[in-house]
Amino acid sequence: MLMLALRRFASMFLIMAVVSFLLFLLFESDKLAVAGKVLGPYSSIEQREIWLENNGYDRPFLLRYLSWAGNAITGDFGKSLQLKAPVADVLWPRLANTAILAGVVFAAMIPLSLLLGVLAGLKEASLRDRSISVLAVVTTSVPEFASATLLTAVFVFWLGWLPGTSAMTGGFSFKEIILPAAVLVLYDFGYVTRMTRASMAEVMTSQYIRTAVLKGIPYSRIVMRHALRNALIAPFTIIVLQMNWLLSGVIVVEVFFSYKGFGKLLLDASLFGDIYVIEACTLVAVFVAVASQFISDIGYTLLNPRIRFG
Amino acid sequence: MADSDIVPVLECKGLCVSFRTRAGEVPAVADFDMTVMPGEAVGLVGESGCGKSTVALAVMRYLGVNGAIVGGEVRFRGRDMADMSADELRRVRGSKIAMVYQEPMASLNPSMRIGEQLMEVPIYHEGASRDGARKRAMAMLEDVRLPDPARIMDAYPHQLSGGQQQRVVIAMALLSRPELLLLDEPTTALDVTVEAGIVQLVKDLARRHGTAMIYISHNLGLILETCDRVTVMYSGEAVESGAVGDVFERMRHPYTRGLFASIPLPGADRHARPLVPIPGQLPLPHRRPSGCNFGPRCAFLAEGRCDAERIPMRALDSREHAARCVRVDDIDWSAAAGPADAAEAIQPGRVVLDVEGMRKYYEVRDSSLLALIQGESVRYVKANEEITFQAREAETVAIVGESGCGKSTFAKVLMGLEQASAGAVRLDGKDLAQVPVNERRAGTIGRLQMVFQNPFDTLNPSHSVGAQIARVVRKFGVETDPAKVQEKVYELLDLVKLPREFAHRRPRQLSGGQKQRVGIARAFAGNPAIVVADEPVSALDVSVQAAVTGLLTEIQRTRRTTLLFISHDLSVVRYLADRVIVMYLGHIVEQGTTDQVFNPPYHPYTEALLSAVPIADTSVEKREIVLSGEIPSALDPPPGCPFQTRCPRRIDGLCDTEMPPRRRLADGHEVLCHLDDDSFAAMTPVFAMQAAS
Amino acid sequence: MADGGTIATASGLRRIAGALALIRESPIAMAGLALVAFWVALAILAPVLPLHDPNLPVAPFKKPLAEAKDGAVYWLGTDHKGRDMLARVIFGARRVLIWATFATSVAYVVGIMMGVVAGYLGGWWDEVLSFLGNVLLSFPVMVLYIVIIAYLGSTGFNIVLAVTFASAPGIMRIVRGLVLDLKTRDYILAAQTRGEAPLYIMLVELLPNARGPLIVDACLRLGYTTITIAMLGYLGLGLPPPDPDWGKMIAETQPLGSFAGHMAVIPALAISSLVLGFNLLADGLREISLRD
Repeated sequence: MLMLALRRFASMFLIMAVVSFLLFLLFESDKLAVAGKVLGPYSSIEQREIWLENNGYDRPFLLRYLSWAGNAITGDFGKSLQLKAPVADVLWPRLANTAILAGVVFAAMIPLSLLLGVLAGLKEASLRDRSISVLAVVTTSVPEFASATLLTAVFVFWLGWLPGTSAMTGGFSFKEIILPAAVLVLYDFGYVTRMTRASMAEVMTSQYIRTAVLKGIPYSRIVMRHALRNALIAPFTIIVLQMNWLLSGVIVVEVFFSYKGFGKLLLDASLFGDIYVIEACTLVAVFVAVASQFISDIGYTLLNPRIRFG
Repeated sequence: MADSDIVPVLECKGLCVSFRTRAGEVPAVADFDMTVMPGEAVGLVGESGCGKSTVALAVMRYLGVNGAIVGGEVRFRGRDMADMSADELRRVRGSKIAMVYQEPMASLNPSMRIGEQLMEVPIYHEGASRDGARKRAMAMLEDVRLPDPARIMDAYPHQLSGGQQQRVVIAMALLSRPELLLLDEPTTALDVTVEAGIVQLVKDLARRHGTAMIYISHNLGLILETCDRVTVMYSGEAVESGAVGDVFERMRHPYTRGLFASIPLPGADRHARPLVPIPGQLPLPHRRPSGCNFGPRCAFLAEGRCDAERIPMRALDSREHAARCVRVDDIDWSAAAGPADAAEAIQPGRVVLDVEGMRKYYEVRDSSLLALIQGESVRYVKANEEITFQAREAETVAIVGESGCGKSTFAKVLMGLEQASAGAVRLDGKDLAQVPVNERRAGTIGRLQMVFQNPFDTLNPSHSVGAQIARVVRKFGVETDPAKVQEKVYELLDLVKLPREFAHRRPRQLSGGQKQRVGIARAFAGNPAIVVADEPVSALDVSVQAAVTGLLTEIQRTRRTTLLFISHDLSVVRYLADRVIVMYLGHIVEQGTTDQVFNPPYHPYTEALLSAVPIADTSVEKREIVLSGEIPSALDPPPGCPFQTRCPRRIDGLCDTEMPPRRRLADGHEVLCHLDDDSFAAMTPVFAMQAAS
Repeated sequence: MADGGTIATASGLRRIAGALALIRESPIAMAGLALVAFWVALAILAPVLPLHDPNLPVAPFKKPLAEAKDGAVYWLGTDHKGRDMLARVIFGARRVLIWATFATSVAYVVGIMMGVVAGYLGGWWDEVLSFLGNVLLSFPVMVLYIVIIAYLGSTGFNIVLAVTFASAPGIMRIVRGLVLDLKTRDYILAAQTRGEAPLYIMLVELLPNARGPLIVDACLRLGYTTITIAMLGYLGLGLPPPDPDWGKMIAETQPLGSFAGHMAVIPALAISSLVLGFNLLADGLREISLRD
């Protein structure tokens, strides 16, 4: 168990190292281009070279990478070109905003999708199962920017119940977070529901459930004690991995609703060519994804006695 | 027995079960009658797809969403189970009627401790306290002879071996002292020596608790060992039922007779008295013939009588013996079951395969923290140790052993899929031990081919039968011209007695036996000197087994091929093999001619193995030797003799420390054992034929 | 591995007919197929349909069913630049379908090759390929797209490249899993014992048997790639103008939703229905394949 955690941790570290190296290679191997981005397109070659010298770019590539990576670990990502401020100062508040949004999404999505999935899987091929399955397919087919458009059309322009942007200029507003969260829940719950349903349906047709039924124990105990524990192992890992998808969806939703989160920061940076912000955001995003993978693996092992006591 | 004042435990009358499928309603069981008296053991025997398991699930009223009882009734102690409410049914299940399943691993909840799963039974059926339930469960585990019940209570299913798991399932079934126990192929997934232990346990417990049993099996020998009465099923119907003695000695249905004629009993001989397969194949459930279901495969089919209308079950001589056949009185039941084409024995020729001191070790990396600290991160699995034997032209050499004995590893080394760690494997004098298959010449590869175990896996489902055989023909350079390749494909189909149209069929359109025939045709495409057959019939129904073994023998006779027959089934081995090699945990523990191995003196493992094989012959008497314990892991073999942990003849202080010597008992007969000459001389045969009464 | 070309063609036709007959048994698959076929037909026929020029500004902000001066009808109205919405939606379908199919196919070729090699050859091949896959899979997909396109620029080719980077590791995982299962089958052992080359075993013996789950996955992935391409368009990283792009259509007109909602709602419905078609088809096919 400890060994497994260590091994997972090592592979997580390795992936982070490779990803950061690739990023650095991609964005900073061409020194003159970096200087061009910093000093603007009309800077002369001489100006750029002076800037490079002053900022330690004359060192060998590997050394530059190591010092950059070291700084990144301590939270120093350099200075944003667009916002003229240290990247860290911009990034952390943005990240906190995104975390709030993600928290609301998970709080709504997990109970909803698990409940629907279990209900559908309990009675395979019933009308209840069919309705839930179709609902799940339909909602996962509507991409975030489309559902955002449709929801805005209904709740903002037609009914006028909710605000169409979520810039939160006047501090945190619960009303402004409803639509962005709803869009993300709508797109993501279907997948988890379907996985939960499949897992539950498989468990309910398994031989050990047959054993439990033919052992004559009450149905409620069969479901609660025998089926759920086994059926929820797979959805658990999927929910944790949803983090990865959520980070993708978050970008679109934040752009759509002008929500000041990390996704909008990354997109704005990439449209502007703000390389230090791109690097920082990407590293953080990959770190969150890899960490959730780590949690998912460890959780799976803890939940599954066949591996825990293998 | 069926006195009118004793209420039967279970009574099925005209039971019909159907499943709804896309092809419409498919009848799985029709017009099924059965009576089980208190304390009685009734066998239900038949080949796959005959509906025997469906009967058990119908008794339990557990047929899934698309199955239903569509006719007849099931009475439990006189009460029609259809009248029971859901709650009443729940209280009967697991308490009055309990069930043991075919796959113990899948039948236990993987994420619950054994103790918790056992304790549920008394808690929910008798309202026992947790403490009381725990005590009961522990006592029951002791009763099914599991060592260290306290440890097992805390274990998860995957931490137990298959045999232990099945004992747990049996304990769970018996915890509430049921009146009826249903056993659905309870030992099919287990090794034969483990099976013997379970069978003995079930018999013993049922006798002690007075539990009535329904024992479902495809194995006639097991039925003989466990049951008082038996019902033979074919294609959804009972075709014959009666006391075991009546059905086994005076069978009165052509199918029952065909079944007995196609299993290798002691005394069968592949040359002088070959087995007689049942022709044709089982009809699909929705394409059953009119009249008698067995009609199209029956030698006694009388048009107008047998195929006109449903045949009822008919009582025979004794009150309990009944058969579903209108021609019972027309058939000469004392005659042989069918034309047995006797042929001369094959004379073996020169040595083709010479294996000398072959070893195969696998490296296993142990990456647990403990192993890393102790510096033992690399360990070896000794899959094969000192394999030495020879095989001659036209000879059949059987390699016998249970799971983990190393027989499949040996086949892999021989075929060049793995390389030997030491020793030589010479084909026609040329050493192939270190030559992987892709470095062997096409001719060499063609000389050494294989027939595989699982007929459902042996052919690639994406390509037609003809294309798959043609590929082999071209690959081995037998023919290259397309027309000639096609001709050769047809010839090979002729060889395995399949119609030539089969060349255009896809594997899913073929039955298991037909696929296995194609597999044989493929193996013989390159005119092989040696064919390795890895359990080629173990996945087939017995009536089909006989046809496939007969085919193999016939081809071998005409082509003088050497057959290396890998099997766990001693009955088939005795029938087919000229010489036998017995393996245990990677070692050859005994080898010799079939006569030498099947008669004393034995290696103690061979002796136990022979005793464990159920024999469907009422005239055979067996000495019971039940091995205790489990087969050790090849990763962690015991010191000294590999068999010493389970050996009933172990000599303490010698067998557990020193590897036994290889002893020559007679010409060509070797055993790996410490026993002295006197002990060997004093051994008596494991089974004896009684004088025919 | 053919025993006569004519037989192969005939059986190929029979199999397509058989597949269609199978699909007809699942209402879900039929619904999906109908939606997909609807959009594919429109996309193919776009140049010959009597449509307005999708890039020609005529009269802005027309509501659906509005009549033009020349008597023609704007069935779906016009957008903020006065271009015909119907023509833009249909040409948008053409564009997204072409690029989605192309990008998914490339990703499939790469992913299948990686997966078969990793699964069948195992060992170091597996270690290296799986690690590469894990590195790519550890990026949230959208982040990966943004990084690649921010670096390379948004052209059709770069989008194909980005989709391949993002999808191939997932396809590799699926194929690898299938191959690991299939390679224990006796027919693979049979091919090995007759000395077939690994390439032959991978392509002829293994791959055809993995097609079932792959077809289902391909439908899902086509839907997802459609979303991706539109999403990139929405974020301003998509295919270059002026040809209509569903995502960009939404992005451009979304701020004007309060008085001309149809301009954003119509492309939103269009993409949702196309993706729904792919997803339903995949669902139905999975159901059919599990039934036997």
